[in-house]
Amino acid sequence: MRDVEFLIEAMAVQLRELLARRGILAPALVGIHTGGVWVAERLRQRLDLATPLGQLDISFYRDDFSRIGVNPQVRPSELPFDVDNRHLVLVDDVLYTGRTIRAALNELFDYGRPASVLLAVLVDRGGRELPIEAHVAGSRLELPAGSHIQLAGPEPLQLLIQTAPAV
Amino acid sequence: MSNTHFQLDRQGRLLHFLTIEGLKRHHLIEILDTAESLRGVAERRVKKLPTLHGKTVVNLFFEASTRTRTTFELAAKRLSADVLTLNIATSSAVKGESLLDTLRNIEAMQCDMFVVRHEQSGAAEFIARHVKPHIAVLNAGDGRHAHPTQAMLDVFTIRRHKPAFEALQVAIVGDILHSRVARSLIHALGILGTPDIRVIAPRTLLPVDVEKLGVRVFDNPTIGLRGVDVIVMLRLQKERMAGALLPSEREFFQCYGLTEERLALAKPDAIVMHPGPINRGVEIDSRVADGPRSVILEQVTNGIAARMAIMSITLGNHARPTGEQI
Repeated sequence: MRDVEFLIEAMAVQLRELLARRGILAPALVGIHTGGVWVAERLRQRLDLATPLGQLDISFYRDDFSRIGVNPQVRPSELPFDVDNRHLVLVDDVLYTGRTIRAALNELFDYGRPASVLLAVLVDRGGRELPIEAHVAGSRLELPAGSHIQLAGPEPLQLLIQTAPAV
Repeated sequence: MSNTHFQLDRQGRLLHFLTIEGLKRHHLIEILDTAESLRGVAERRVKKLPTLHGKTVVNLFFEASTRTRTTFELAAKRLSADVLTLNIATSSAVKGESLLDTLRNIEAMQCDMFVVRHEQSGAAEFIARHVKPHIAVLNAGDGRHAHPTQAMLDVFTIRRHKPAFEALQVAIVGDILHSRVARSLIHALGILGTPDIRVIAPRTLLPVDVEKLGVRVFDNPTIGLRGVDVIVMLRLQKERMAGALLPSEREFFQCYGLTEERLALAKPDAIVMHPGPINRGVEIDSRVADGPRSVILEQVTNGIAARMAIMSITLGNHARPTGEQI
């Protein structure tokens, strides 16, 4: 698999360009636990952003509570800045069905009313079940359903892909 | 009480929360970690999570309570559940309806959780044994037996100040005999590995065989409070006091009441706790209750997060079909 740091650099290039085009000077990055936080922290360093990193654990916002209950490894969400009127960049490791991002957006809006929210992901693997797309993606792959892709970390970051046999 | 594993499913997950006895360390740690994640909700603009949206929680209070009832209500509401509170002492019970009939009627309203407080020990377990299997039952205090959610909010409060239970010295002072809070707290501290749990009380306010709970007994606070990290004062349960177990409230204060002088015997960073409601000048001096070492109001705040955690964990375990992996 391609080097994760290389993919993050690709994300940084796209994000810098997008922020410049939109005239956004001081965005705040918000990583989704756990992989998204690792990626977001590295992005924040590359973009040299002063605003501290936000972290979301969307466990209490998932749409499958009635099937799987609460994640026993839930962690506190923390947004160490005022969300109101701020431009946010939501960061996750893998974009798949879009359900995690739906939950994250709901949680963000319980903190305030951001000026805008961009979505940056390390890997977009296709397979969306909701009308959600990434503005920035380190890589776009079409993985067959049943495949697993996971970011291992925090040091070093490594993408683990298990491809399901083609039907 | 008869079977402490009744509250667990076959995989050992919590389906009800009836007593601390018989639980494992990982059960308590999961509740504490989940509570920690839920604590921040109160500081946000929208103090609500969608987790229990569409669920109905019924508070069945057969015994008066303000703090416990309201924090359970708030906990359920902050998780987006619908909440109904029934003060049974003032409704059906007076009309002669039996406990089981009351249960069947409320069940027929399609609810998902009962929060039960009752003056009889074992009442919550009795209800858990008779409700439909999809309903979770939480014990909000049964007689002298248990008050497990209070114990969890207490250890949660302790952990936020003193994270290492294995190095902790805790003194519980006052009416241990009538206190379900003390019993549950002693179990919880023990499971979390607290090496030194002391109870300080006159012999008349101690249950027989109290040492079997794994505590050291002191009747003199001047000795018992020496060097402790945590002091838990108990309320003198006047309404539970049948016989003449005490000479007078004034004498109790003189012998056991927590004053600034006695607090000075503990470690300089010791915290003072009390499950409330406090009897000022009976078990605790106002200067201590309102002083810098007191975390009594923090306990109230933490009670909401601890109860949210227990509600979401037990209802989540009901939701998950047996054996399914997460």
